[in-house]
Amino acid sequence: MKHLWLTAYADIVESLRARWFMVYTLVFGGLVVVLFAYGLAESRIMGFTGLSRLLLTYIQISMAILPVFVLITTVRSVAGDREAGVFEYLLSLPISLAAWFWGKIFGRFLVVFLPVLLAMVGAVIWGTIKGVNVPWDLFIYYTGLLMALAWCFLGIGMLISTLARSSDVAQGAAFVVWLTLLLFLDLILLGILIQEQLPAETAVAIALVNPMQVFRTATMMLFDPQLVLLGPSAYVILDTFGQKGYIAYALLYPILVGTACAALGFLHFRRSDLP
Amino acid sequence: MIEFHNVVKRFRRHEVLKGVDLTIERGHRVALVGSNGAGKTTLIRCLLGEYTCEGSVTVDALAPREHRRAVLSKVGFVPQLPPPLKMPVGQLIRFAASVCDSDPQRMTDVATRLGLDTERFRHQPFVKLSGGQKQKLLISIALGRDSELLVMDEPAANLDPEARHIFFSLLAEKKDEAAMIISSHRLDEVASLVNRVIEMDQGRVVLDDRVADLVELSSRLHCRIRLIRPEAPFAKAIQEWGFKGSVDGREWSGQVAGPDRLRFLGVLSRYAALLSSIDMREAETAKDYEAVVNE
Repeated sequence: MKHLWLTAYADIVESLRARWFMVYTLVFGGLVVVLFAYGLAESRIMGFTGLSRLLLTYIQISMAILPVFVLITTVRSVAGDREAGVFEYLLSLPISLAAWFWGKIFGRFLVVFLPVLLAMVGAVIWGTIKGVNVPWDLFIYYTGLLMALAWCFLGIGMLISTLARSSDVAQGAAFVVWLTLLLFLDLILLGILIQEQLPAETAVAIALVNPMQVFRTATMMLFDPQLVLLGPSAYVILDTFGQKGYIAYALLYPILVGTACAALGFLHFRRSDLP
Repeated sequence: MIEFHNVVKRFRRHEVLKGVDLTIERGHRVALVGSNGAGKTTLIRCLLGEYTCEGSVTVDALAPREHRRAVLSKVGFVPQLPPPLKMPVGQLIRFAASVCDSDPQRMTDVATRLGLDTERFRHQPFVKLSGGQKQKLLISIALGRDSELLVMDEPAANLDPEARHIFFSLLAEKKDEAAMIISSHRLDEVASLVNRVIEMDQGRVVLDDRVADLVELSSRLHCRIRLIRPEAPFAKAIQEWGFKGSVDGREWSGQVAGPDRLRFLGVLSRYAALLSSIDMREAETAKDYEAVVNE
C-alpha cells in the first residue's frame, strides 16, 4: 500500500508541473469565469436561474470537453513517459507492478478531477458572496456524475496507453474512441438511426452503453424529469429504470466501465514489455 | 549470482537476443560492449524484468519478473539517458529511498562526494539539471543503498574528471560484495574498470573473456606532459581534465584517475605530434606527487 500511495503522490507532483495540467485547469476555471462574466447566473431559462443555471451549463460543456481532455492527456503522458524512458528507470526500482499501475491511476484521477471540482466550488463560493441561493442537491449530484465520468475515461485512457506502443498511436486511438462515443449521442447518429427505423431496443441499448449518453441523460433528468428534450430512447429508459434507478445507474455504470478498462489495462501491462 | 539461460527476445518477427547463455558471479565487473543494436540494452531490460523473454533469467535463483521486489531491491541501475522526470530532486531522492527501504541521507552523502549539492537543488525539477548533475544523482541513488548488483549504462559519460575519480572510488568500495555490469559502446571507456569483457553482436555473445585486474579502481596517476610548442586546442582539451599549464603553455601537470588512463591516453594520442615527453606515475599520496613534480 505504501508503494501505491508513493506512486500516486509522485504522479500528482509530475502532473502538477506538466503543461497539460495548466491548460486543463485554465480551461475549466476559465469556463466558470466566462459563464459568470456573461451574466449566466442572472439569466433565466426553463425556470432555472442563478447557480443552478450556471451549473447546468457548466456540466453540459464539461460533457463535451472533459472526456477528450482526460483521454488525450492520459494517453499522451503515460505513453509519452514510456517512450521517454521514465518507465525504464522508475520500474527498475523495487516497486510492484500493481502498486505502480493503480497508484498512477489514483494519482491521475485526483489531478483530472480536482480542477473540475474546484471550478464548481469556486462558482458556489462566488455565488454565496453575491447572495445567490446555492442548490446543494444539484451540486452534490453533478459532482458525483463528473467523478464517475472522469474515472470512466481515465480507465479507458489507461487501457489505450497500455495497448498502444507509441504516444502517436495512443493519441489517435483515444481520439477515435471519443469521436465514436460522441457520434452515438442521441442528438447525432443515434437520432438519425432512430429516424432510419432502427429497432427501439438497439437505440436504447446504445444509449445505455455509451457513457457520454448516460451522463447526458442523467444531467438532464433533474430539470427535465420527463426527458422531453431527449429522443424516444429516453421514454424507454424512464419506463425501465424510473428516475432514482436511472440516477443510480448513471453513477455506477461509468465507474464500472472505467474500472473494467483499467483492470484489462493492468492485466495487459503485467504480461507485456514494460518500457 | 546471475544466470541467463538460452535467452531469446523477439520484437514481432525480429529476433534481438538469439539464445544468450551467461553466468555472472559476485565480484565480477563486466564490461558489456557492442555496437548499436547488438542487444545490450535488451539484455539489461530482461535482467531487470522489464522485458518478457524466452529462456530464463535469474538473480540468486529468483526470476526478476515474478519476484520483482526481491530481485530489484538488490539492483542499482543507472540508465544511459536520464529520464525526463519533472519531480524535484528532493522528492526523487525521498521516493527512491522509500521504495528501496534505504535512508535518503545515504544517497545525499554519495551525491555530496560526487560534488552535487542536493540541498541546493532540492526544489529544482530533475529534468532541469545539467547532464552531469543528472548522472551524479542517478549514480547516488544506485550506490546509496544496499545493492548487490550494479547495472550501469555508460555511467561516467557525462562526469568531469574529478567526479569520475570519486565514482571509481565508490565502485571500488563495492567491488567485492557486488557484481557490476557496465554497458558501453566502446571498450576503452570502461576497460580499466572491469575484470571481464562480454561483447555482443547481433543478439549473440561473441566474446567472453577475463581481463587482468591490475588497476586499482581508487588509484590516481600523477602526470606531467611537455609539448614541442604551445597549442590552444591542446590547452582546452587538457584543461578539461583539470591540468594546469606553465606560463609559456609548454608544460602541463595534473592527475588522472587510474581507471581513466586508457581514455586519457586516447585524448593525448590526438595530439601525438605535439608531445615531447609524457611522465605518468602512480603514487599513493600527494607528497609522492610533489616529489614527482619536483624531480
